[in-house]
Amino acid sequence: MTVAQEPTGLNFDCETGNYHTFCPISCVAWLYQKIEDSFFLVIGTKTCGYFLQNAMGVMIFAEPRYAMAELEEGDISAQLNDYEELKRLCLQIKRDRNPSVIVWIGTCTTEIIKMDLEGLAPKLEAEIGIPIVTARANGLDYAFTQGEDTVLAAMAHRCPSKVTSEAEKEERNAIQKLLTFGRKAEETAPTSEPKHPPLVLFGSLPDPVVTNLTLELKKQGVEVSGWLPAKRYTELPVIEEGYYVAGVNPFLSRTATTLMRRRKCKLIGAPFPIGPDGTRAWIEKICSVFGIEPQGLAEREAKIWESLEDYLQLIRGKSVFFMGDNLLEISLARFLIRCGMTVPEIGIPYMDKRYQAAELALLEKTCQEMGVSTPNIVEKPDNYNQLQRIKAIQPDLVITGMAHANPLEARGINTKWSVEFTFAQIHGFSNARDILELVTRPLRRNNSLKDLGWEKLVQEEATV
Amino acid sequence: MQAKKSGRIQPTGGRDSMKLAYWMYAGPAHIGTLRIASSFKNVHAIMHAPLGDDYFNVMRSMLERERDFTPVTASVVDRNVLARGSQEKVVDNITRKDREESPDLIVLTPTCTSSILQEDLQNFVDRAQLDARGDVLLADVNHYRVNELQAGDRTLQQIVQFYLEKARKKGDLPTEKTAKPSVNIIGISTLGFHNQHDCTELKRLMSDLGIEVNEVIPEGASVHNLKNLPQAWFNLVPYRELGLMTAQYLEQEFGMPCVDITPMGVVETARCIRKIQQLLNAQGAGVDYEEYIDHQTRHVSQAAWFSRSIDCQNLTGKKAVVFGDNTHAAAMTKILAREMGIHVVLAGTYCKYDADWFKAQVSEYCDEVLISDDNGAIGDAIARLEPAAIFGTQMERHIGKRLNIPCGVIAAPIHIQNFPIGYRPFLGYEGTNQVADLVYNSFTLGMEDHLLEIFGGHDTKEVITKGMSADSDLNWTKEAQATLNQVPGFVRGKVKRNTEKFARERGLSEISLEVFYAAKEAVGA
Repeated sequence: MTVAQEPTGLNFDCETGNYHTFCPISCVAWLYQKIEDSFFLVIGTKTCGYFLQNAMGVMIFAEPRYAMAELEEGDISAQLNDYEELKRLCLQIKRDRNPSVIVWIGTCTTEIIKMDLEGLAPKLEAEIGIPIVTARANGLDYAFTQGEDTVLAAMAHRCPSKVTSEAEKEERNAIQKLLTFGRKAEETAPTSEPKHPPLVLFGSLPDPVVTNLTLELKKQGVEVSGWLPAKRYTELPVIEEGYYVAGVNPFLSRTATTLMRRRKCKLIGAPFPIGPDGTRAWIEKICSVFGIEPQGLAEREAKIWESLEDYLQLIRGKSVFFMGDNLLEISLARFLIRCGMTVPEIGIPYMDKRYQAAELALLEKTCQEMGVSTPNIVEKPDNYNQLQRIKAIQPDLVITGMAHANPLEARGINTKWSVEFTFAQIHGFSNARDILELVTRPLRRNNSLKDLGWEKLVQEEATV
Repeated sequence: MQAKKSGRIQPTGGRDSMKLAYWMYAGPAHIGTLRIASSFKNVHAIMHAPLGDDYFNVMRSMLERERDFTPVTASVVDRNVLARGSQEKVVDNITRKDREESPDLIVLTPTCTSSILQEDLQNFVDRAQLDARGDVLLADVNHYRVNELQAGDRTLQQIVQFYLEKARKKGDLPTEKTAKPSVNIIGISTLGFHNQHDCTELKRLMSDLGIEVNEVIPEGASVHNLKNLPQAWFNLVPYRELGLMTAQYLEQEFGMPCVDITPMGVVETARCIRKIQQLLNAQGAGVDYEEYIDHQTRHVSQAAWFSRSIDCQNLTGKKAVVFGDNTHAAAMTKILAREMGIHVVLAGTYCKYDADWFKAQVSEYCDEVLISDDNGAIGDAIARLEPAAIFGTQMERHIGKRLNIPCGVIAAPIHIQNFPIGYRPFLGYEGTNQVADLVYNSFTLGMEDHLLEIFGGHDTKEVITKGMSADSDLNWTKEAQATLNQVPGFVRGKVKRNTEKFARERGLSEISLEVFYAAKEAVGA
C-alpha cells in the first residue's frame, strides 16, 4: 500500500545477454561476518568452492564458520542418501564449531539434481538440535547480491512472532491494565515507548552503519525495534502481523515479499538510504508513514552536500556508465546524477520495478531537477554489446565488475570496481563521502599521472 | 531433453561421497581447459554455465593483471534456458562469437552444470561448425573425474592433435627438422605459477645453449603454427602437470624425443641440460655443454656459492616440510636436501593422480612422504613435526602463520603474489638464485621472529604508548568506544585523533555516538 506507482518516464531495456556478475553464493563472504554465531554450508561442487577461494578469497579466513559440502559423483548420481550425507557433515560441524544456526546455501547443482534441501532441513534440524536455514542462492535464478536476499528471506521465516514473550508482557501489565480501564495502550505507555507501530529494518550492513541509521531515525522519534539480520541468530527481531518493515538495500525484493506475504508486515517503499538525498528521502518516507514531521532534515542534507564540495568539483559534468553487477546501480546512479554527473546507461542484473519503485521515481525526479536526460536502464545486459557502447560513448568513468576493469583501464577508460560499493560503508548521511572517495579515486589518480602520457597501454588498436 | 533434465545422471561407478571442504589445491576441470584456451592467441572459449561461473575472467584480469579482455564468454544458463533446452542458445553464442571476433578456434568448455544436464555438447559443436568460419572444438574433459591440472594437460593435447591432424589431412604438415637444433617449450600457460618468468628464463637458457625456440605453447601461440611443432629437434616439458600428454602424443606420432626434467635447482638444471645434450647429439648435433654447466654453476649462479657460504652452513640440519604440486614439491625437496643440507622431514604433493612418480622422486631425500589434498591432514602433520620452515602453497603459509612457522610459497594454487612485477623465475640459473633467496629469507625470518619474541620487539617505546592515551581529557561512552573499536586497526588511531580534535574544538568533554558520527561527517574522520 505504501509502494509507489511504477514510474513511466524511464526507458527500460532487457538484453538477456551474456554477462558476468559474481555468483550469489558470494553472500557468505559478508553474511558469516555479520551473523557471528552462524555457520554457512555451501552445498555445491568444486566450481563453487574454487570461486569462493580464488575469486572471493574468503575460504582461508572464513574457515571457522564456513565450509563447502562438496558434491561428488556419487551424490550427483543419487547413489548416496542425501539425508545421511548431510547429517554426517552437520554433526561434524556441530561437534567442531557448535554454531547457533547452520545456513545451507543451495547452488545450481542442488537445483538441477533437485536435492530437496527444504524437505531435509526440518527433519535434520530436529534430529541434531541446531536450526537449519535453507537458502537457494543459485546462479540460475539470482545474481551476486541477491544471494543475501535468499538468506534473509529464509531467515524472515525464523523471526520469533513473540507469542511467548507477549504472554509474559500481558502478565506483567495485568495490574496496569486494570488501572487504565481498557483505555488505549498509547495513552498509558511510558514516554520512552515508541509512539508508532513497531518498525523492523532489513538488510545486512556493518554494525557501525546499523547504529548510525538507527540513530538517524531515533533523532526523528522513530524507534527501530530490530534488524534482520541481527548480529547473532539468537537475536533475530520479533516480527508480528502488522509490523512495519523497510529495506536498506535495493536487492532485497524477495525478503520484502516474504515479510509482506508470509509475516503480514507492511512494507514502507522508500528510496534507499544511499547518498544524502536518498537517506533524507528514506527517513522522510518512514516518518510520513508514522505521521511524524521530520525535523532539520533539509538542513542536514544541505550540510552534507556542502562538505562534499571538494569531491563534487571533480565529477560535475562528467559521465558514468554502469555495466551492472550488484543491483546497487539505480541508487548510486541517482546519487551521482544529483552530484552533477550524467549517466548514459545503467546495466543491472535484475530489475524489480515494484520493490525499487520509489528509488526509480526519485531517479526520474533527480534527472528532471538536474536537467539531464534519463539513463537507459538495461536489465541482464550483454557485456560485449556494452563494451561497444562504451567505446562509442567514451564515458569518463565506468563502474564495472572485476573482469573488465583492467582491460578498460589499459584502453584509457577510467574504471571503479562495482564490488567495492558492495563492501564499503555507503549508507546514511555520514558515508556519502566514502562513496565519492571511491568514485573520484580513478579521476584523482589519473590527475596525478596525467602528464606522463601513459593513457593507452595496449599495443594494437583496441578492439573494445 | 525433458527426460534428462528432471533426473540425475546415470551412475557411472564413482562412489565418492559428499565431503566437507575448506580448501582446494587444484581447481575444477573447466579452469584447466580455460587456462589453455585463453593462453592461445585468438582462441575463444564458450562456457555453458549459470551466472557467475565465468569467474575465470576475474581471476585472469585480477591475479594476472591482464590487459586484454579474457576471451571467455559464458553462455548463461538460467531458468528459461533450462526449460527450453540449451542447444539453440549455445550454438547461437558460438556462431555469434565467430562473427564478432573471428577467432581461429572456439573451444566449448564443459562445466559441472552441463555435465549434470548430460547435454550432448558434441552435437552443439557439430551444429555450430556448419555456420562458423573458424574451428569449433569440444574440450574432452569429464568435469567430475579430473581436476584443473589433468584437464589442462588433456585440452592442450587435444588442440595440438586437432591441428596436426588437420594439417596432415590437407597435406600441409612440414616434418623436416629445422637446420639448427631447436626446441618446443610445452606447458607455459596463463595463471600458471611464475610461468611467464620461467618462460623468459628458459628461452635465455636455450639461447645460451645455441638452441632455437621453435614454438612455445600454449601461451601466446597461434593455432596456425601448431603444425610446425614436429620440426623441432625435441620437446621440453618443464612442468609435470601440464604438457606431458602433448609431448607423449608428439613422441608417438612423430618420434619426437622429450625432456621432462624440471630445470629447478643447480643439480636438476644441469641434469636437464645434459639430457638435452644427449638428445641433440643422438640427432647428430655434436654439442658439449659441460663447460657451460660448470661456468654457470660455479661463477654465474649465486646458488652454488650460497650452498658453500657460512649463511647456508647455519641452516644445516634444520627441519623443513615441503608441500605442493609434483613439479615444485619434488624439485624443492631435492634442492633443500641435496644442495643446502636441510633436513626435509616431510615431502608431500596434492597431485594424487600422479603419486607414484612423486614417491619415486623424493623418497630418498625425505623422512616421510604425504600424498593428500586434504589441507587438514597437512596442517596436522606440520603441527606434529614442528619444522623450522615450510615450503608450500598459500594454504601452508596460512598454517604456518597460525603455528608461527615461516613459509616460502613454492607452488600453486596461484595468488596475486605469484605475479610479481619484478623478475622472479623458479627455473634455470636465475631461478636457482631466487630459490636460494626464498630459502634463506624464510629461515632467517623465523629466527628474527624468535629474537623479537625474546627481546620484546625493536621499538619498545611504541609498546608503552599503545592503546588509550593516558593524557586524554575526553571521555568516550561505551557505545562510541565500541564503534571506534569496529574501525579497522590501521586507521583507528587517526579516526580517534580526529574525533577528539573535533570534540575539543567544540568544547565537548564526552564523546558519544552522536559526536562520533558528527565528527565523521565534519572532518571525514
